Order: sequence, then structure tokens, then C-alpha cells
Amino acid sequence: MADEPLVLGIETSCDETGVGIVRGTTLLADAVATSVEEHGRFGGVVPEIASRAHLEAMVPTVQRALDQAGIKASDLDGIAVTAGPGLAGALLVGVSAAKAYAYALDKPLYGVNHLASHICVDQLEHGRLPEPTMALLVSGGHSSLLLTSDITSDVRSLGATVDDAAGEAFDKVARVLGLGFPGGPVIDRYAAEGDPAAIAFPRGLSGPRDPAYDFSFSGLKTAVARWIEARRRAGEEVPVRDVAASFQEAVTDVLTRKAVRACLDHGVDHLMIGGGVAANSRLRAMAQERCERAGIELRVPRMKLCTDNGAMVAALGSEMVWRDRAPSAFDLSADSSLPVTETHVPAAGPVLPLSHDELHRMSE
Amino acid sequence: MLLLAFDTATPAVTAALLDTEDGAVLASADQVDARRHGELLLPVVDRVLRTAGVGKEQLGALAVGVGPGPYTGLRVGLATAAALGHALGIPVHGVCTLDGIAHAARQAGLSGPFTVATDARRKEVYWARYDAAAGRAEGPQVDRPGELAERLGGLPAVGAGALLYPEVFRNVPEGMPEHQSAAALAAYAAGELAAGRPLLPPTPLYLRRPDAEVPKNYKTVLPA
Ligand SMILES: [Zn+2]
Repeated sequence: MADEPLVLGIETSCDETGVGIVRGTTLLADAVATSVEEHGRFGGVVPEIASRAHLEAMVPTVQRALDQAGIKASDLDGIAVTAGPGLAGALLVGVSAAKAYAYALDKPLYGVNHLASHICVDQLEHGRLPEPTMALLVSGGHSSLLLTSDITSDVRSLGATVDDAAGEAFDKVARVLGLGFPGGPVIDRYAAEGDPAAIAFPRGLSGPRDPAYDFSFSGLKTAVARWIEARRRAGEEVPVRDVAASFQEAVTDVLTRKAVRACLDHGVDHLMIGGGVAANSRLRAMAQERCERAGIELRVPRMKLCTDNGAMVAALGSEMVWRDRAPSAFDLSADSSLPVTETHVPAAGPVLPLSHDELHRMSE
Repeated sequence: MLLLAFDTATPAVTAALLDTEDGAVLASADQVDARRHGELLLPVVDRVLRTAGVGKEQLGALAVGVGPGPYTGLRVGLATAAALGHALGIPVHGVCTLDGIAHAARQAGLSGPFTVATDARRKEVYWARYDAAAGRAEGPQVDRPGELAERLGGLPAVGAGALLYPEVFRNVPEGMPEHQSAAALAAYAAGELAAGRPLLPPTPLYLRRPDAEVPKNYKTVLPA
């Protein structure tokens, strides 16, 4: 529909500078610049390097998105930006730029939650989210089970990791195996040729008295490292493919079992999976199989929409406009630990810039 | 032409609007809070434009302090300038933050050679040396104040970095600026543009490489 809100979204919470443009639930542009290669030799994202890269990439990426969408900035109905959670200095680059665009263009500004955006992006793939929807978000930064009945106003956390994020465990195991960074894709590749039942690695927090929806990957990571070291010490060759497959099996087993259980416990018949780890082929296959068995419909957006991107922020921003949510003020903060329950950060008072008419009314 | 200037490389969040025809500062606003540059900058810019009664579409160019200064705050100014310039379709000029403070010092009556120093945290200062003819003779650089004592100790010095280390900067004249003022930055930028001297690209003067610890080789988890 042509009158659906046309929104530009900016995402800079980690190492991707993402700018997306969305009309309603239709994706028009998804431009991403990444600094991932600069972080590679450090084995993880270096915040200062990410922040520097965001500043350099910001304007060119916005221009690329506008060109891709074939629109003028003045056509927009709003500017959305990730206000948190994420790396403080990285978030601040995006928030500062988004404010300036919104101010210069006289458009409303929407500071939105990164996690809610990860869920909302599925609307660009599969249409409006069913309400309620269960979401499993898994990446190098998050491992969360979230329940939402309205993506613009009601997101509840059912569980999260108590130590490492799932993606972090992939990175660390890849490092122990000497496979490089990031670990997700390379482990997936090796695992495809390995035996997932070769080694029985532990399933964290899976006992009857453990929290039903929380995750723990730290013990698993240590168990894998111990196993590999013991082999190396004994002078034996490490079966990289079997280790990768067995480790991956342990992670995806816990993730999918808990996600399906959360759906059944809460009577929710839709599960969406987002975040970079959603790219993992075994996670997708296992989730599909277990959801089918439980009568749950699985929604996984295409890969490019699962990793951090601007389109997901635009998707949630568009939904904010559609549902008439209050815009943010120009003193919006970047909040590195924004709680997931805060789907967006509305202004406390009236929002600048006031239109001419509004100024008139106020002076009367 | 209307020139909007701002700077977030010192504890001040400062913005000013200057008419380059007659050099008049139409409005300026400053707020000193080293931890809230991100929250404060756009409202300060908006206040300046409102006070001057000028619409943003009337702006002809932007001048922004490119540091050196603490990175997180510095980037607020540069990201804001880049996006404003892009959206409004106007040029964005970079100005060394220390040059703006030096200009303010001369406006306040300082003549002859002097040093500008700001707080670089971690017990260091960002500094530059200016000659009697008003040009930047050395810097900007980042150093421990102790290493500068012999070279710069005798010169008059201005800026929060000079005030912070009185044992090194022993000659700090009264009534001199401590932080950046965008009005001085704008006046300096307008003067340089009028003289046909190019300003800097709007990219940060970091002066330090990013802090990035390369993780040590993988640590064993089995007891040795
Ligand atoms: Zn993410």
C-alpha cells in the first residue's frame, strides 16, 4: 500500500553499519557496511574500531540505501534508530546521525530497541507478525527467548543466557580449533561433514530443577576445550569435523528444545528465530523438525535479515508510525543496556522541532 | 552566508551561528557536561537557530571541531555534522579544535607565542603551539605533560589541559578560555575561508590508535 509509512532505519549497535528503508512491511533497501574484517585478528569485536568505522560509513551507507530504494530523503515519514542495547560508543554514532537527519528533514525520530527490531524484521519476509509470537534471538551478542503480543509496546523476556551468548560459544570453539573468526559459518561448514553423535557434550541448564528458559554455554565451551586439549596432549589428531558437529548439536539441541517448550507452555503457535546464529543450518533444520512435531509454525527470515541490519530498525520504525506510537525527543540517549521491555524510547514532553502551527498554538 | 559551527571535542557542547558577510555572531549557546554530548548537542543547535530566527534551510555551510578530544564525544559532533550536511546539501568544514581555542585566546587579548592544551585523559594532554603570527607552529599532538615541561613550560598556556597541570604549565594567563567556544570556532573558520585557505576534512583527529588488545594465545583450561 502506497500510504504505508516510509521509514529509514539506522543500526550501529555492534560492527555493522546498517541502513534500511521500508514501506510498511515491504523492504525497499538494505545497505550494510561492516568492519568485521578489521576485528578478525582480535578474535572479537573491538568497540573503538567499530565506532570509528560507523562514523566513516554512515553517510555513504545512507546514500546507498536512498539510491537502492529510489526515493528522496524528503519522502520519508520517519527516521528510526537503534537506541540500545549494544556497544555504547557505537550506538552513539547512529543515534547522533539519526537525530541530525530527522532534524534536518523535519521528520519524527524513533529510538527503538535492537532486540524488538530483530523480531520485527520477520514482517518483511512473512507479513505481519502473529500476536502473540515467540522469538528465539541468537547471535554473538544475544541468546534470548522473548514473547511479544505487540512488537511496538509489549515484549517480555522469558529467558536469556546466564553467561556466554550462543554465537560467542561458536567463536570460542572455532578459536580453540584454530578455525578463525567469526566462528559460526566455519563451524557449520565443518559440522556438515562430521558426526553429531560422536562426542556427548553437555547440555547446559537442562536438568529438571534448572530454569526452564535460560541458557548457559560457558560449561559447554569449556568441555569442548578440555576434550580437544586431552586429545592434543595424548598426541592424537583432533577430529575437527566431529567436534564441530557434536558441539553444534549440543547448542542447537538446547536452543530448540527450550524454544519449543516455551511455545507449548504459553500456548503460542508461532516461533520466529532471528540473530546471526539463525544462519546455522543445523539450528534451522532441528527447529523445523521439532516445531512440526509440536504443531508450531516456524518463521525464520532470510539470512541477510537475521544478522544486524538497518532494515530491521526501519521495519520496527514503520510499525511505530503505523500504530501511532510517540516519537523520541532530540535529547534521546544511546542506552547500552536498554531493557527489552522498552520497545522504543518515547519523548517525555513535546518533541522538537515543533511545526510552525504548533509554535503558534503554544504562544497563544 | 550563514555558517553554523559546533564542537564536542572538549567538555563543552557549543554551537554558534555566524554571518560571514559581516562576521556577526547571530546566536551562540554552550553547555558544559563532558558526559552528555550525545543528549545535548542537537537541542543546543536548535536553540541557536531559534534564537537567531533562522531556518535550517537558510544555512550555507557547517564548521565542526575535529578534535583532538575524547573520542566518544568527538564523534557526536562529527556524526551530527556529516548527517546535517548530507541532509541539507551543504558543505561541512573541519576545524582543529585547538585552533578554535587559540582564536578565542587571541580574541581575549593574548598575543605572542603560546600553547593550547586540553585534557586527553589518561594523564595526557592534547596540545599545539602557536607562534606570534597566529599560525599553528607545532601539533596537535598527545603527550604526557611531564614530557612537555622543558619545551613549553615557559610559554603562556591556555585551556583545561594547562589548568590541570600547573606544575608543567606555570604561565596560565587570567581570563582565558578553558573549553571550546563555537563562536570563536566559527570566526576562525570564516576568516580562513575568506582568506582562501582550505579548512580540514570533517574527519576526527584521533592521534591515538584504537585500544585493541589482541587476545593472548588461547589459554589452556586443563590443569598444567
Ligand atoms: Zn543483533
